Amino acid sequence: MTTSVQATPAIQIRDLHKSFGSNQVLKGIDFHVDHGEVVCVIGPSGSGKSTLLRCVNQLEEPDSGQVLVEGVDVCDPETDLDAVRSRIGMVFQQFNLFPHMNVLRNLTVAQQKVKGRSKAEAAEVARANLEKVGLAGRENVYPAHLSGGQQQRVAIARALSMDPDMMLFDEPTSALDPELVGDVLEVMKTLAGEGMTMMVVTHEMGFAREVGDKLVFMDGGVIVEEGDPREVLSNPQHERTQAFLSKVL
Amino acid sequence: MALKRSTRRTLSRAVLYAVLLGVLLLVGLSADWATIRANFFAPAGIGNPFTGDWGTWPDLITVGVKNSLIYTVIAFGAGLVLGVVLALMRLSPVAAYRWIATAYIEFFRGLPVLLVVLVMAFGIPIAFNGWTPPGGTVGAGVVGLILVAAAYMAETIRAGIQAVPKGQTEAARSLGMSAGRTTVTVVLPQAFRIVIPPLTNEFVLLIKDTALLFVIGFAADQRELTTIARDFMASSETAGTATSLIQASILYLLITLPLTRLVSWLERKQQKAR
Repeated sequence: MTTSVQATPAIQIRDLHKSFGSNQVLKGIDFHVDHGEVVCVIGPSGSGKSTLLRCVNQLEEPDSGQVLVEGVDVCDPETDLDAVRSRIGMVFQQFNLFPHMNVLRNLTVAQQKVKGRSKAEAAEVARANLEKVGLAGRENVYPAHLSGGQQQRVAIARALSMDPDMMLFDEPTSALDPELVGDVLEVMKTLAGEGMTMMVVTHEMGFAREVGDKLVFMDGGVIVEEGDPREVLSNPQHERTQAFLSKVL
Repeated sequence: MALKRSTRRTLSRAVLYAVLLGVLLLVGLSADWATIRANFFAPAGIGNPFTGDWGTWPDLITVGVKNSLIYTVIAFGAGLVLGVVLALMRLSPVAAYRWIATAYIEFFRGLPVLLVVLVMAFGIPIAFNGWTPPGGTVGAGVVGLILVAAAYMAETIRAGIQAVPKGQTEAARSLGMSAGRTTVTVVLPQAFRIVIPPLTNEFVLLIKDTALLFVIGFAADQRELTTIARDFMASSETAGTATSLIQASILYLLITLPLTRLVSWLERKQQKAR
Protein backbone atom coordinates (compact mmCIF):
# COMPACT_ATOMS: atom_id res chain seq x y z
CA MET A 1 0.00 0.00 0.00
CA THR A 2 2.75 2.43 0.96
CA THR A 3 4.60 1.78 -2.29
CA SER A 4 1.52 2.41 -4.39
CA VAL A 5 0.94 5.76 -2.63
CA GLN A 6 4.53 6.73 -3.37
CA ALA A 7 4.08 5.73 -7.00
CA THR A 8 0.92 7.83 -7.29
CA PRO A 9 1.67 11.46 -8.21
CA ALA A 10 0.66 14.07 -5.60
CA ILE A 11 -1.40 15.81 -8.26
CA GLN A 12 -2.47 14.25 -11.55
CA ILE A 13 -4.48 16.25 -14.07
CA ARG A 14 -5.96 14.68 -17.19
CA ASP A 15 -7.53 16.46 -20.16
CA LEU A 16 -8.88 19.32 -18.07
CA HIS A 17 -11.33 21.75 -19.66
CA LYS A 18 -12.87 24.85 -18.10
CA SER A 19 -14.89 27.73 -19.54
CA PHE A 20 -16.28 30.90 -18.03
CA GLY A 21 -19.31 31.54 -20.23
CA SER A 22 -18.06 31.52 -23.79
CA ASN A 23 -14.47 32.12 -22.68
CA GLN A 24 -12.51 28.86 -22.84
CA VAL A 25 -9.86 29.18 -20.15
CA LEU A 26 -8.45 25.64 -20.04
CA LYS A 27 -8.39 23.66 -23.26
CA GLY A 28 -7.21 20.21 -22.31
CA ILE A 29 -4.47 20.20 -19.68
CA ASP A 30 -2.44 17.05 -18.92
CA PHE A 31 0.04 17.45 -16.15
CA HIS A 32 1.30 16.00 -12.90
CA VAL A 33 3.20 16.94 -9.77
CA ASP A 34 5.22 14.25 -8.00
CA HIS A 35 5.70 13.99 -4.26
CA GLY A 36 8.36 16.40 -3.03
CA GLU A 37 8.45 18.16 -6.37
CA VAL A 38 8.31 21.96 -6.80
CA VAL A 39 6.48 22.83 -10.00
CA CYS A 40 6.33 26.45 -11.14
CA VAL A 41 3.65 27.55 -13.60
CA ILE A 42 4.34 30.69 -15.62
CA GLY A 43 2.60 32.42 -18.48
CA PRO A 44 0.95 35.68 -19.53
CA SER A 45 -2.11 36.87 -17.61
CA GLY A 46 -5.27 35.19 -18.86
CA SER A 47 -3.35 32.08 -19.83
CA GLY A 48 -5.36 29.99 -17.35
CA LYS A 49 -2.58 29.24 -14.87
CA SER A 50 -4.48 30.46 -11.79
CA THR A 51 -7.62 28.64 -12.91
CA LEU A 52 -5.59 25.44 -13.27
CA LEU A 53 -4.25 25.85 -9.74
CA ARG A 54 -7.73 26.56 -8.36
CA CYS A 55 -9.07 23.41 -10.02
CA VAL A 56 -6.74 21.32 -7.87
CA ASN A 57 -8.63 22.10 -4.66
CA GLN A 58 -11.90 22.70 -6.50
CA LEU A 59 -12.24 26.41 -5.86
CA GLU A 60 -13.10 26.18 -9.54
CA GLU A 61 -15.08 23.22 -10.85
CA PRO A 62 -13.73 22.00 -14.17
CA ASP A 63 -16.18 21.28 -17.01
CA SER A 64 -14.54 18.01 -17.94
CA GLY A 65 -11.40 16.02 -17.28
CA GLN A 66 -9.90 14.58 -14.13
CA VAL A 67 -8.09 15.99 -11.13
CA LEU A 68 -6.55 13.34 -8.87
CA VAL A 69 -5.02 14.39 -5.57
CA GLU A 70 -2.98 11.48 -4.23
CA GLY A 71 -5.07 9.24 -6.41
CA VAL A 72 -8.41 10.59 -5.18
CA ASP A 73 -10.69 12.06 -7.83
CA VAL A 74 -11.65 15.44 -6.37
CA CYS A 75 -14.27 16.07 -9.08
CA ASP A 76 -16.22 13.01 -7.94
CA PRO A 77 -19.28 14.21 -6.00
CA GLU A 78 -18.77 11.27 -3.60
CA THR A 79 -15.37 12.61 -2.51
CA ASP A 80 -15.22 14.37 0.87
CA LEU A 81 -13.90 17.63 -0.52
CA ASP A 82 -13.43 19.28 2.89
CA ALA A 83 -11.14 16.43 3.98
CA VAL A 84 -9.08 16.69 0.78
CA ARG A 85 -8.85 20.48 1.06
CA SER A 86 -7.64 20.28 4.66
CA ARG A 87 -4.58 18.40 3.35
CA ILE A 88 -3.84 20.96 0.60
CA GLY A 89 -2.43 24.26 1.79
CA MET A 90 -3.41 27.25 -0.34
CA VAL A 91 -1.75 30.67 -0.43
CA PHE A 92 -3.52 33.50 -2.25
CA GLN A 93 -2.29 36.59 -4.04
CA GLN A 94 -4.37 38.78 -1.71
CA PHE A 95 -3.37 36.84 1.45
CA ASN A 96 -7.04 36.51 2.54
CA LEU A 97 -6.25 36.46 6.24
CA PHE A 98 -9.34 36.72 8.45
CA PRO A 99 -9.33 40.41 9.46
CA HIS A 100 -11.56 39.91 12.52
CA MET A 101 -9.16 37.43 14.14
CA ASN A 102 -5.68 38.02 15.49
CA VAL A 103 -2.71 36.19 14.03
CA LEU A 104 -2.89 33.29 16.49
CA ARG A 105 -6.62 32.77 15.89
CA ASN A 106 -6.04 32.87 12.12
CA LEU A 107 -3.67 29.96 12.57
CA THR A 108 -5.68 27.95 15.10
CA VAL A 109 -9.31 28.31 13.97
CA ALA A 110 -9.23 25.67 11.23
CA GLN A 111 -6.98 23.36 13.28
CA GLN A 112 -9.63 23.31 16.00
CA LYS A 113 -12.78 23.33 13.87
CA VAL A 114 -11.58 21.05 11.08
CA LYS A 115 -8.87 18.87 12.57
CA GLY A 116 -10.43 18.80 16.02
CA ARG A 117 -7.23 19.74 17.80
CA SER A 118 -7.39 21.11 21.31
CA LYS A 119 -6.85 24.82 21.81
CA ALA A 120 -3.47 24.26 23.45
CA GLU A 121 -2.27 21.86 20.80
CA ALA A 122 -3.39 24.17 17.99
CA ALA A 123 -1.62 27.12 19.63
CA GLU A 124 1.57 25.11 19.93
CA VAL A 125 1.51 24.17 16.24
CA ALA A 126 0.70 27.79 15.35
CA ARG A 127 3.64 29.16 17.36
CA ALA A 128 6.04 26.71 15.72
CA ASN A 129 4.88 27.78 12.26
CA LEU A 130 5.00 31.48 13.11
CA GLU A 131 8.58 30.96 14.18
CA LYS A 132 9.28 29.18 10.91
CA VAL A 133 8.07 32.17 8.84
CA GLY A 134 10.02 34.57 11.06
CA LEU A 135 7.07 36.12 12.88
CA ALA A 136 7.35 34.66 16.37
CA GLY A 137 5.83 36.97 18.97
CA ARG A 138 3.20 38.45 16.64
CA GLU A 139 0.40 36.18 17.90
CA ASN A 140 -1.84 38.95 19.21
CA VAL A 141 -1.53 41.37 16.31
CA TYR A 142 -4.42 41.84 13.88
CA PRO A 143 -3.68 41.42 10.15
CA ALA A 144 -4.41 45.08 9.35
CA HIS A 145 -1.38 46.06 11.44
CA LEU A 146 1.03 43.89 9.45
CA SER A 147 2.83 44.72 6.20
CA GLY A 148 1.85 42.82 3.06
CA GLY A 149 4.93 40.65 3.28
CA GLN A 150 4.19 39.79 6.91
CA GLN A 151 0.55 39.06 6.09
CA GLN A 152 1.59 36.68 3.34
CA ARG A 153 3.98 34.89 5.68
CA VAL A 154 1.18 34.56 8.25
CA ALA A 155 -0.98 33.13 5.44
CA ILE A 156 1.72 30.56 4.70
CA ALA A 157 1.97 29.70 8.41
CA ARG A 158 -1.84 29.35 8.52
CA ALA A 159 -1.74 26.83 5.66
CA LEU A 160 1.21 24.97 7.22
CA SER A 161 -0.60 24.67 10.55
CA MET A 162 -2.96 22.16 8.94
CA ASP A 163 0.05 19.89 8.27
CA PRO A 164 -0.71 19.78 4.55
CA ASP A 165 0.69 17.15 2.20
CA MET A 166 1.17 19.78 -0.48
CA MET A 167 0.97 23.53 -0.98
CA LEU A 168 -0.60 25.60 -3.76
CA PHE A 169 0.68 29.15 -4.28
CA ASP A 170 -1.38 31.52 -6.44
CA GLU A 171 0.95 34.39 -7.37
CA PRO A 172 2.01 34.77 -3.74
CA THR A 173 4.27 37.79 -4.30
CA SER A 174 2.33 39.68 -7.00
CA ALA A 175 0.52 41.97 -4.54
CA LEU A 176 3.66 42.83 -2.57
CA ASP A 177 5.90 45.87 -2.69
CA PRO A 178 9.20 44.84 -4.33
CA GLU A 179 11.23 45.14 -1.12
CA LEU A 180 8.89 42.69 0.66
CA VAL A 181 9.03 39.94 -1.96
CA GLY A 182 12.35 38.53 -0.75
CA ASP A 183 11.13 37.50 2.73
CA VAL A 184 8.21 35.55 1.29
CA LEU A 185 10.36 33.81 -1.32
CA GLU A 186 12.84 32.92 1.41
CA VAL A 187 10.12 31.13 3.38
CA MET A 188 9.02 29.29 0.23
CA LYS A 189 12.61 28.23 -0.44
CA THR A 190 12.90 26.81 3.07
CA LEU A 191 9.70 24.84 2.51
CA ALA A 192 10.98 23.46 -0.78
CA GLY A 193 14.23 22.50 0.91
CA GLU A 194 12.26 20.49 3.47
CA GLY A 195 10.74 18.45 0.66
CA MET A 196 7.28 20.01 0.57
CA THR A 197 5.30 19.27 -2.58
CA MET A 198 4.56 22.65 -4.15
CA MET A 199 2.68 23.98 -7.14
CA VAL A 200 3.50 27.65 -7.63
CA VAL A 201 1.89 30.06 -10.08
CA THR A 202 4.38 32.89 -10.23
CA HIS A 203 6.10 35.64 -12.15
CA GLU A 204 9.33 35.18 -10.16
CA MET A 205 11.62 33.62 -12.76
CA GLY A 206 14.56 33.71 -10.34
CA PHE A 207 12.63 31.57 -7.86
CA ALA A 208 11.58 29.15 -10.60
CA ARG A 209 15.15 28.78 -11.81
CA GLU A 210 16.66 28.37 -8.36
CA VAL A 211 14.05 26.28 -6.54
CA GLY A 212 11.81 24.69 -9.18
CA ASP A 213 12.14 21.06 -10.23
CA LYS A 214 9.86 21.60 -13.18
CA LEU A 215 8.69 24.64 -15.09
CA VAL A 216 5.40 24.76 -16.98
CA PHE A 217 4.71 27.53 -19.49
CA MET A 218 1.03 28.08 -20.26
CA ASP A 219 -0.53 30.28 -22.91
CA GLY A 220 -4.06 30.43 -24.24
CA GLY A 221 -5.35 27.63 -22.01
CA VAL A 222 -2.80 25.01 -23.01
CA ILE A 223 0.60 23.92 -21.75
CA VAL A 224 2.99 25.16 -24.40
CA GLU A 225 6.21 23.86 -22.94
CA GLU A 226 7.42 22.13 -19.79
CA GLY A 227 10.69 20.83 -18.49
CA ASP A 228 13.70 21.58 -16.32
CA PRO A 229 13.43 25.27 -15.31
CA ARG A 230 17.05 26.15 -16.17
CA GLU A 231 16.63 24.45 -19.53
CA VAL A 232 13.32 26.14 -20.38
CA LEU A 233 14.39 29.58 -19.17
CA SER A 234 17.75 29.68 -20.92
CA ASN A 235 16.84 27.71 -24.01
CA PRO A 236 13.09 27.85 -24.72
CA GLN A 237 12.06 25.62 -27.60
CA HIS A 238 8.69 27.09 -28.52
CA GLU A 239 8.42 30.53 -30.08
CA ARG A 240 5.55 31.58 -27.75
CA THR A 241 7.77 30.74 -24.77
CA GLN A 242 10.61 32.71 -26.36
CA ALA A 243 8.34 35.71 -26.95
CA PHE A 244 7.03 35.63 -23.37
CA LEU A 245 10.45 35.22 -21.77
CA SER A 246 11.98 37.98 -23.87
CA LYS A 247 9.39 40.33 -22.34
CA VAL A 248 9.77 39.34 -18.70
CA LEU A 249 13.46 38.49 -18.34
CA MET B 1 -22.34 102.18 -6.25
CA ALA B 2 -19.07 100.37 -6.15
CA LEU B 3 -18.46 98.52 -2.93
CA LYS B 4 -15.48 96.41 -1.97
CA ARG B 5 -16.22 92.71 -2.09
CA SER B 6 -15.58 92.23 1.63
CA THR B 7 -17.86 95.15 2.50
CA ARG B 8 -20.62 93.72 0.36
CA ARG B 9 -20.31 90.33 2.06
CA THR B 10 -20.48 91.91 5.52
CA LEU B 11 -23.58 93.85 4.50
CA SER B 12 -25.46 90.82 3.17
CA ARG B 13 -24.65 88.89 6.36
CA ALA B 14 -26.03 91.75 8.44
CA VAL B 15 -29.26 91.74 6.43
CA LEU B 16 -29.70 87.95 6.95
CA TYR B 17 -29.19 88.27 10.71
CA ALA B 18 -31.62 91.21 10.84
CA VAL B 19 -34.33 89.17 9.11
CA LEU B 20 -33.83 86.25 11.51
CA LEU B 21 -33.98 88.55 14.51
CA GLY B 22 -37.14 90.20 13.15
CA VAL B 23 -38.92 86.86 12.71
CA LEU B 24 -37.91 85.68 16.19
CA LEU B 25 -39.12 88.94 17.73
CA LEU B 26 -42.41 88.75 15.85
CA VAL B 27 -43.06 85.17 17.00
CA GLY B 28 -41.86 85.86 20.53
CA LEU B 29 -44.06 88.93 20.96
CA SER B 30 -47.18 87.60 19.26
CA ALA B 31 -47.20 84.18 20.99
CA ASP B 32 -49.35 83.74 24.06
CA TRP B 33 -46.68 82.31 26.34
CA ALA B 34 -48.94 81.85 29.32
CA THR B 35 -51.33 79.64 27.31
CA ILE B 36 -48.49 77.69 25.72
CA ARG B 37 -46.96 77.01 29.12
CA ALA B 38 -50.29 75.98 30.62
CA ASN B 39 -51.13 73.58 27.78
CA PHE B 40 -47.77 72.13 26.79
CA PHE B 41 -45.62 72.52 29.90
CA ALA B 42 -48.09 72.30 32.77
CA PRO B 43 -46.13 72.60 36.04
CA ALA B 44 -48.09 69.69 37.52
CA GLY B 45 -46.52 67.42 34.92
CA ILE B 46 -43.11 68.99 34.35
CA GLY B 47 -42.55 69.41 38.07
CA ASN B 48 -39.74 71.38 39.64
CA PRO B 49 -36.57 69.49 40.56
CA PHE B 50 -35.51 72.29 42.94
CA THR B 51 -38.48 71.57 45.19
CA GLY B 52 -38.25 67.79 44.76
CA ASP B 53 -41.43 67.77 42.68
CA TRP B 54 -40.95 65.22 39.88
CA GLY B 55 -44.34 65.85 38.28
CA THR B 56 -45.58 62.94 36.18
CA TRP B 57 -42.10 61.88 34.97
CA PRO B 58 -41.74 58.82 37.24
CA ASP B 59 -44.82 57.09 35.81
CA LEU B 60 -43.91 57.99 32.23
CA ILE B 61 -40.44 56.55 32.67
CA THR B 62 -40.99 53.49 34.88
CA VAL B 63 -43.97 52.31 32.84
CA GLY B 64 -43.84 53.98 29.41
CA VAL B 65 -40.12 54.14 28.64
CA LYS B 66 -39.51 50.78 30.26
CA ASN B 67 -42.19 48.99 28.22
CA SER B 68 -41.25 50.78 24.98
CA LEU B 69 -37.66 49.60 25.42
CA ILE B 70 -38.72 46.05 26.31
CA TYR B 71 -40.94 45.81 23.20
CA THR B 72 -38.16 47.30 21.06
CA VAL B 73 -35.51 44.91 22.34
CA ILE B 74 -37.77 41.87 21.85
CA ALA B 75 -38.77 42.97 18.34
CA PHE B 76 -35.16 43.76 17.44
CA GLY B 77 -33.71 40.54 18.82
CA ALA B 78 -36.29 38.23 17.27
CA GLY B 79 -36.32 40.29 14.06
CA LEU B 80 -32.53 39.99 13.84
CA VAL B 81 -32.60 36.20 14.16
CA LEU B 82 -35.37 35.92 11.56
CA GLY B 83 -33.57 38.49 9.41
CA VAL B 84 -30.36 36.44 9.38
CA VAL B 85 -32.31 33.32 8.39
CA LEU B 86 -34.05 35.22 5.59
CA ALA B 87 -30.78 36.75 4.37
CA LEU B 88 -29.14 33.30 4.22
CA MET B 89 -32.21 31.97 2.41
CA ARG B 90 -31.96 34.78 -0.14
CA LEU B 91 -28.37 33.77 -0.85
CA SER B 92 -29.12 30.04 -0.84
CA PRO B 93 -28.16 27.91 -3.82
CA VAL B 94 -31.62 26.31 -3.51
CA ALA B 95 -34.00 28.35 -5.67
CA ALA B 96 -37.10 27.59 -3.57
CA TYR B 97 -35.49 29.17 -0.49
CA ARG B 98 -34.60 32.26 -2.51
CA TRP B 99 -38.17 32.61 -3.76
CA ILE B 100 -39.71 32.22 -0.32
CA ALA B 101 -37.33 34.75 1.24
CA THR B 102 -37.81 37.24 -1.59
CA ALA B 103 -41.59 36.89 -1.40
CA TYR B 104 -41.54 37.37 2.39
CA ILE B 105 -39.31 40.46 2.20
CA GLU B 106 -41.26 42.12 -0.61
CA PHE B 107 -44.57 41.32 1.12
CA PHE B 108 -43.77 42.84 4.50
CA ARG B 109 -41.83 45.81 3.13
CA GLY B 110 -44.82 46.64 0.96
CA LEU B 111 -47.34 46.89 3.82
CA PRO B 112 -47.92 49.65 6.39
CA VAL B 113 -46.49 48.52 9.74
CA LEU B 114 -49.72 49.62 11.41
CA LEU B 115 -51.73 47.22 9.25
CA VAL B 116 -49.46 44.27 10.11
CA VAL B 117 -49.74 45.09 13.82
CA LEU B 118 -53.56 45.22 13.52
CA VAL B 119 -53.74 41.92 11.69
CA MET B 120 -51.53 40.19 14.23
CA ALA B 121 -53.27 41.67 17.27
CA PHE B 122 -56.88 41.27 16.13
CA GLY B 123 -56.97 39.26 12.93
CA ILE B 124 -55.03 36.23 14.16
CA PRO B 125 -57.06 35.75 17.38
CA ILE B 126 -60.28 35.97 15.35
CA ALA B 127 -59.02 33.50 12.78
CA PHE B 128 -57.74 31.03 15.36
CA ASN B 129 -60.57 31.11 17.89
CA GLY B 130 -59.00 33.52 20.31
CA TRP B 131 -55.49 32.03 20.23
CA THR B 132 -52.77 34.64 20.74
CA PRO B 133 -48.97 34.46 20.83
CA PRO B 134 -47.28 34.69 24.25
CA GLY B 135 -47.95 38.03 25.93
CA GLY B 136 -51.57 38.18 24.80
CA THR B 137 -52.71 40.98 22.51
CA VAL B 138 -49.58 43.02 23.19
CA GLY B 139 -47.40 40.04 22.35
CA ALA B 140 -49.34 39.63 19.10
CA GLY B 141 -48.70 43.28 18.24
CA VAL B 142 -45.00 42.84 18.94
CA VAL B 143 -45.00 39.82 16.62
CA GLY B 144 -46.24 42.21 13.92
CA LEU B 145 -43.25 44.47 14.57
CA ILE B 146 -40.93 41.44 14.46
CA LEU B 147 -42.26 40.29 11.09
CA VAL B 148 -41.76 43.69 9.49
CA ALA B 149 -38.38 44.38 11.16
CA ALA B 150 -37.08 41.00 9.96
CA ALA B 151 -37.92 41.90 6.36
CA TYR B 152 -35.92 45.14 6.51
CA MET B 153 -33.04 43.64 8.46
CA ALA B 154 -32.79 40.70 6.03
CA GLU B 155 -32.00 43.08 3.18
CA THR B 156 -29.41 44.93 5.28
CA ILE B 157 -27.74 41.70 6.39
CA ARG B 158 -27.74 40.29 2.86
CA ALA B 159 -25.90 43.40 1.67
CA GLY B 160 -23.42 42.94 4.53
CA ILE B 161 -22.80 39.31 3.66
CA GLN B 162 -22.23 40.21 0.02
CA ALA B 163 -19.78 42.93 1.05
CA VAL B 164 -17.45 40.34 2.60
CA PRO B 165 -14.77 39.65 -0.05
CA LYS B 166 -15.03 36.33 -1.89
CA GLY B 167 -11.43 35.56 -0.96
CA GLN B 168 -12.50 35.15 2.67
CA THR B 169 -14.82 32.29 1.77
CA GLU B 170 -12.19 30.75 -0.49
CA ALA B 171 -9.55 30.90 2.24
CA ALA B 172 -11.87 29.24 4.74
CA ARG B 173 -13.01 26.55 2.31
CA SER B 174 -9.44 25.80 1.23
CA LEU B 175 -8.59 25.18 4.91
CA GLY B 176 -11.23 22.44 4.85
CA MET B 177 -14.07 24.31 6.56
CA SER B 178 -17.56 23.31 5.45
CA ALA B 179 -19.89 25.86 3.88
CA GLY B 180 -21.88 26.22 7.11
CA ARG B 181 -18.78 26.53 9.28
CA THR B 182 -17.41 29.17 6.90
CA THR B 183 -20.61 31.19 7.13
CA VAL B 184 -20.69 31.11 10.93
CA THR B 185 -16.98 31.57 11.65
CA VAL B 186 -15.75 33.78 8.82
CA VAL B 187 -18.55 35.46 6.85
CA LEU B 188 -21.22 36.45 9.41
CA PRO B 189 -18.85 38.07 11.95
CA GLN B 190 -17.45 40.29 9.21
CA ALA B 191 -20.89 40.97 7.74
CA PHE B 192 -22.22 42.07 11.15
CA ARG B 193 -19.35 44.47 11.61
CA ILE B 194 -20.29 46.06 8.30
CA VAL B 195 -24.01 46.35 9.13
CA ILE B 196 -23.82 47.59 12.73
CA PRO B 197 -24.61 51.21 11.71
CA PRO B 198 -27.67 50.35 9.55
CA LEU B 199 -28.88 47.87 12.20
CA THR B 200 -28.62 50.58 14.87
CA ASN B 201 -30.77 52.73 12.59
CA GLU B 202 -33.26 49.89 12.44
CA PHE B 203 -33.29 49.86 16.26
CA VAL B 204 -34.15 53.57 16.29
CA LEU B 205 -36.96 52.99 13.79
CA LEU B 206 -38.31 50.20 15.99
CA ILE B 207 -38.33 52.42 19.09
CA LYS B 208 -40.57 54.80 17.19
CA ASP B 209 -42.67 51.99 15.69
CA THR B 210 -43.56 50.65 19.14
CA ALA B 211 -45.80 53.73 19.34
CA LEU B 212 -48.03 51.97 16.79
CA LEU B 213 -48.90 49.42 19.47
CA PHE B 214 -51.06 52.30 20.76
CA VAL B 215 -53.91 50.98 18.60
CA ILE B 216 -54.09 47.73 20.54
CA GLY B 217 -55.22 48.89 23.96
CA PHE B 218 -53.25 47.81 26.99
CA ALA B 219 -53.47 46.72 30.56
CA ALA B 220 -52.20 49.64 32.69
CA ASP B 221 -48.78 48.19 33.42
CA GLN B 222 -48.22 47.11 29.79
CA ARG B 223 -48.57 50.59 28.30
CA GLU B 224 -45.76 51.85 26.14
CA LEU B 225 -44.71 55.50 26.15
CA THR B 226 -47.12 56.94 23.56
CA THR B 227 -50.11 55.08 25.03
CA ILE B 228 -49.45 56.22 28.57
CA ALA B 229 -48.87 59.79 27.38
CA ARG B 230 -52.20 59.70 25.59
CA ASP B 231 -53.88 58.31 28.73
CA PHE B 232 -52.39 61.11 30.82
CA MET B 233 -54.17 63.62 28.57
CA ALA B 234 -57.45 62.19 29.81
CA SER B 235 -56.71 61.45 33.42
CA SER B 236 -53.72 62.67 35.42
CA GLU B 237 -52.44 65.84 37.05
CA THR B 238 -51.99 67.22 33.54
CA ALA B 239 -55.34 66.06 32.16
CA GLY B 240 -56.81 68.36 29.55
CA THR B 241 -53.40 69.57 28.38
CA ALA B 242 -50.86 68.26 25.88
CA THR B 243 -48.10 68.28 28.49
CA SER B 244 -47.74 64.50 28.65
CA LEU B 245 -47.27 64.35 24.86
CA ILE B 246 -44.45 66.90 25.07
CA GLN B 247 -42.90 64.91 27.91
CA ALA B 248 -43.10 61.72 25.84
CA SER B 249 -41.47 63.54 22.90
CA ILE B 250 -38.61 64.62 25.14
CA LEU B 251 -38.16 61.06 26.41
CA TYR B 252 -38.16 59.59 22.87
CA LEU B 253 -35.54 62.13 21.80
CA LEU B 254 -33.37 61.37 24.82
CA ILE B 255 -33.16 57.78 23.54
CA THR B 256 -33.11 58.26 19.77
CA LEU B 257 -30.77 61.26 19.41
CA PRO B 258 -27.74 59.63 21.13
CA LEU B 259 -28.31 56.52 19.01
CA THR B 260 -28.41 58.43 15.72
CA ARG B 261 -25.25 60.30 16.81
CA LEU B 262 -23.69 56.90 17.56
CA VAL B 263 -24.61 55.69 14.06
CA SER B 264 -22.91 58.60 12.32
CA TRP B 265 -19.86 58.17 14.57
CA LEU B 266 -19.67 54.47 13.68
CA GLU B 267 -20.05 55.28 9.99
CA ARG B 268 -17.24 57.84 10.11
CA LYS B 269 -15.05 55.30 11.92
CA GLN B 270 -15.73 52.65 9.28
CA GLN B 271 -15.00 55.13 6.52
CA LYS B 272 -11.62 55.83 8.09
CA ALA B 273 -10.81 52.15 8.64
CA ARG B 274 -11.25 51.48 4.94
